[in-house]
Amino acid sequence: MATSVPDFAGQLTRGTQGAEIAHPFWGKLTWDIFPFYDPILLGTFIVVCIGGGALVAALTYYRLWGYLWTEWFTSVDHKKIGIMYMILATVMLVRGFSDAVLMRGHQALASAGYVGYLPSYHYDQVFTAHGVIMIFFVAMPFITGFMNYIMPLQIGARDVAFPFLNNFSFWLTVSGAILIMLSLFVGEYAATGWLAYPPLSGLTFSPGVGMDYYLWSLNIAGIGTTLSGINLIVTIVKMRAPGMTWMRMPIFTWTTLITNILIVATFPVLTVTLALLTADRYIGTNFFTSDLGGNPMMYVNLIWIWGHPEVYILTLPVFGIFSEIVPTFSRKRLFGYTSMVYATAVIMILSYIVWLHHFFTMGAGADVNSFFGITTMIISIPTGAKIFNWLFTMYKGRISFELPMMWTVAFLLTFVVGGMTGVLLAIPPADYVLHNSLFLVAHFHNVIIGGVVFGIFAGINYWWPKAFGFKLDRTWGLVSFWGWVVGFYFAFMPLYLLGLMGVTRRLSQFEDTAYAAYFFTAAIGVAMIAVGVLAFFVQIYVSIRNREALAVDGDPWNGRTLEWATSSPPPYYNFAFTPRVYRRDAWEHMKQAGYERKTDGFTPIHMPHYTATGVVISALWTIMGFALIWHVWWLAVASAMASLVYGIAHTFNYNRDYYIPVDEVAEIEGARTKKEAAQNSVVAAE
Amino acid sequence: MTSALLRKFRPLLALAAVGLLSGCNLVLLNPAGDVAAQQGDLIVYATIMMMLVIGPVMALTVFFAWQYRQSNEKARYEPEWGHSISLEIVIWAVPLAIIVVLAGLTWVATHRLDPYADLIRIDEETPITEDVQPMQVQVVALDWKWLFIYPEEQIATVGEMAVIEDRPVEFHLTSNTVMNAFYIPDMAGMIYAMAGMQTELNAVMNAPGTYVGFAANYNGAGFSQMRFDVKSFGSDAEFAAWADEMRASSEGILTDATFNALSKPSTFKEVVSYNGLEEGIYDRILNMCTEADTLCLDDQMMVDALGGGGLDGLFNRELFAGLCDADDPRALLALIKPELREDPELYASVLLPPQDTTEMRSN
Repeated sequence: MATSVPDFAGQLTRGTQGAEIAHPFWGKLTWDIFPFYDPILLGTFIVVCIGGGALVAALTYYRLWGYLWTEWFTSVDHKKIGIMYMILATVMLVRGFSDAVLMRGHQALASAGYVGYLPSYHYDQVFTAHGVIMIFFVAMPFITGFMNYIMPLQIGARDVAFPFLNNFSFWLTVSGAILIMLSLFVGEYAATGWLAYPPLSGLTFSPGVGMDYYLWSLNIAGIGTTLSGINLIVTIVKMRAPGMTWMRMPIFTWTTLITNILIVATFPVLTVTLALLTADRYIGTNFFTSDLGGNPMMYVNLIWIWGHPEVYILTLPVFGIFSEIVPTFSRKRLFGYTSMVYATAVIMILSYIVWLHHFFTMGAGADVNSFFGITTMIISIPTGAKIFNWLFTMYKGRISFELPMMWTVAFLLTFVVGGMTGVLLAIPPADYVLHNSLFLVAHFHNVIIGGVVFGIFAGINYWWPKAFGFKLDRTWGLVSFWGWVVGFYFAFMPLYLLGLMGVTRRLSQFEDTAYAAYFFTAAIGVAMIAVGVLAFFVQIYVSIRNREALAVDGDPWNGRTLEWATSSPPPYYNFAFTPRVYRRDAWEHMKQAGYERKTDGFTPIHMPHYTATGVVISALWTIMGFALIWHVWWLAVASAMASLVYGIAHTFNYNRDYYIPVDEVAEIEGARTKKEAAQNSVVAAE
Repeated sequence: MTSALLRKFRPLLALAAVGLLSGCNLVLLNPAGDVAAQQGDLIVYATIMMMLVIGPVMALTVFFAWQYRQSNEKARYEPEWGHSISLEIVIWAVPLAIIVVLAGLTWVATHRLDPYADLIRIDEETPITEDVQPMQVQVVALDWKWLFIYPEEQIATVGEMAVIEDRPVEFHLTSNTVMNAFYIPDMAGMIYAMAGMQTELNAVMNAPGTYVGFAANYNGAGFSQMRFDVKSFGSDAEFAAWADEMRASSEGILTDATFNALSKPSTFKEVVSYNGLEEGIYDRILNMCTEADTLCLDDQMMVDALGGGGLDGLFNRELFAGLCDADDPRALLALIKPELREDPELYASVLLPPQDTTEMRSN
């Protein structure tokens, strides 16, 4: 029976790339590290080279390098950094989604009795990269982008607490993304699964550079995330507008605060865990080996002590986004603000004590497994309360189904299914049969796509007009919406069934063709999602082209929170006068109270200077990471030293801030007054 | 507790299954073994229970979205309404109530279906009696195939295993490579197999036939091929015949040397069997000392427990091999704790009685 499984020649080699013994100058770098043997990679490489070359040429032709450097790369403006996070996430979404297309296509073929096109050596890298990229370099930057852009505006601040640190955090994330992208064409990526359990990820079983790419890209990006978390917590704690007490903060700001507490508490665990594994691989320690006193189970525990809160790091801000959208489009207050805040806080605490549910099958005793199963279920109580709160916000409202609201309703209907299967998986004996199955895969895609991704698109459609001054095109937005939503159900409902049929994850070959119809349906679903992804790009393109017609003023949705008090896009100092807050939904209150924007009496505004330090140090760390991956020791030491010297030199730069002169503020505010007057007269004429 | 309910629902479920999913075999909900059947039942009950909340929530979502749409001028509109104590109590209490019930179910089911616990019944009707002895199977995950050791039959097989219908099986599992998960969907839920460690699984197969088992936790390039057949025989005689067949087609005795040859990375192509077991082979696999000159993990632990031999201990793995035995550490003690000899009472106190260490080892 088992002999009928199609076999790839040479696929059983544990990947090794580059020289066996490091050269003193070149390290493990040799000519055969470029994967030209693989037509898929070669084709991708050529396309990327052509695309990248065209981009560089266009930027050079239009002389945009200087503009990008001075206005964007070195910017410490939280809004520009937020947008750059979103761009990074969108680019990486294309990569992560391409991996998904490759896998679904391959499994559809392989389950139907064909060999497929991915040998397991390649397939295993693809699913590892898909997971790592989607979590660390798509979902995280999207979330961080929203938090960066929106939160300071919502609390009436001019920037985050540490503007340079914000820029540095962003570029460290980019550094990690660059390393993971390099692995596609230079060497290989890890073939271990996205959390890289040892001993498989140890030197004995993964001697190649793939695991080293994994470790260094996440080490570097993880530090960036921790720093960003500290920054945003301090911003919320110290920089709220006068009158904005804790219980007057917008829910999105609340979820941002709690998310960043989670980040600061858990990302150091990730960093230490990966550092210990790095030590195992580089200096011969035995923290996580099976032998010599090491214990792989310790890694699994540690990684999930980070990993489970990470799930909430992704979903809580998205809950915040929905909590802004539902009241706005229901034209009504949020129902149960207080219970929303406490529910979020309870989730924060509970998310630390559930990690073991990721490995009930490790053989812990019944008491331990029951404890973690029950704590997991308890999380569904505050989550359920949130769902009800959104429902009762819609109740007795006047709901307008703009795109953000449509994504929200799709979320409500989809997420509860994912929540239900999650509770199902939290029952240990049920998990014994469902663990590692496609049911599990369907579950977490159900909550991550149905929750996080839908929320991201809701948020993009909601806040795009704020960031750019024009709405996104509705028609293409609808195409994107239906592509994603219908595609999701086609892609993942068959996976639930396959899981119940006993099919496990990460298989690249099948001996039983009974599953073909299901995998084929899932592949169709992914094709629909591909339409959704493409339509999203078309939507942006069309909207930019029609930006004159789609132009809006500062408050296109009749919003309720302070970000809508600014112009669209907001001036780089956000608020000419720091707003005063008297109530929840501060902007809604100001509008009710007949607020008139002050048009004179401006004072100079204190602002931070832009700096290149973040870009330079991150670039040096990227080089250091690359050098460490390829064992080019001299280069690693040199770039580490250079980054240290540059960082110290930066501390001697005392010219960090300046005051925007009154004239400039008056000019910018005057322009807004004129523009609004013109828009009002157009509205009046209509 | 669970069976009566299920019997009520079974025709209904079967009907739904036939109607909606004709042609697909949801093995998790209709397995051949009693343990897996109970786990499958649990999935069904929990789903039904949760649908009590999820169903109304989904219906309410659609209803509210429709009823309170902007164009519906007739619907009530209360923009400042955002708080209601009674409603808040309900929205916290309803999920709480369901979770309290589910938590109770979880506690009971997790203890009842603990993979380490001896089975309490063979199937819905048949409780286990005193005289039922579970079949012993020792399982070793290798790159990329499974080795099954039958200590009672003194045989070992690769790529195929057999059980007897309605006779409980007690699996002891370890790995000689990375972390693996052992899974026979028709029989019981999965459990990890890890190098240097042992896990246990108790299960039973209630119908004859050939089923599949496989590695369920990704373990490297040969992952997809790491599958095996599980034969469930209707009688002891059939099983004995299978064991004889395995003996007849064997490659000799499973020794350290043949095991080391087998453990080299490869995918399983055809069934391999061994017609004898070298004394203590499974213990040596478990303790990672089938290679010559390696100190067994349990012996190493004994060395460590006795103080580790100081700085010399850093280099003594080879030195201690052969000299040291967890069952009788006298020779080792003489080497690393010579001063103990002068105090016979103390010397006796650090020596655990031999039967105790044996006990520790087999657990």
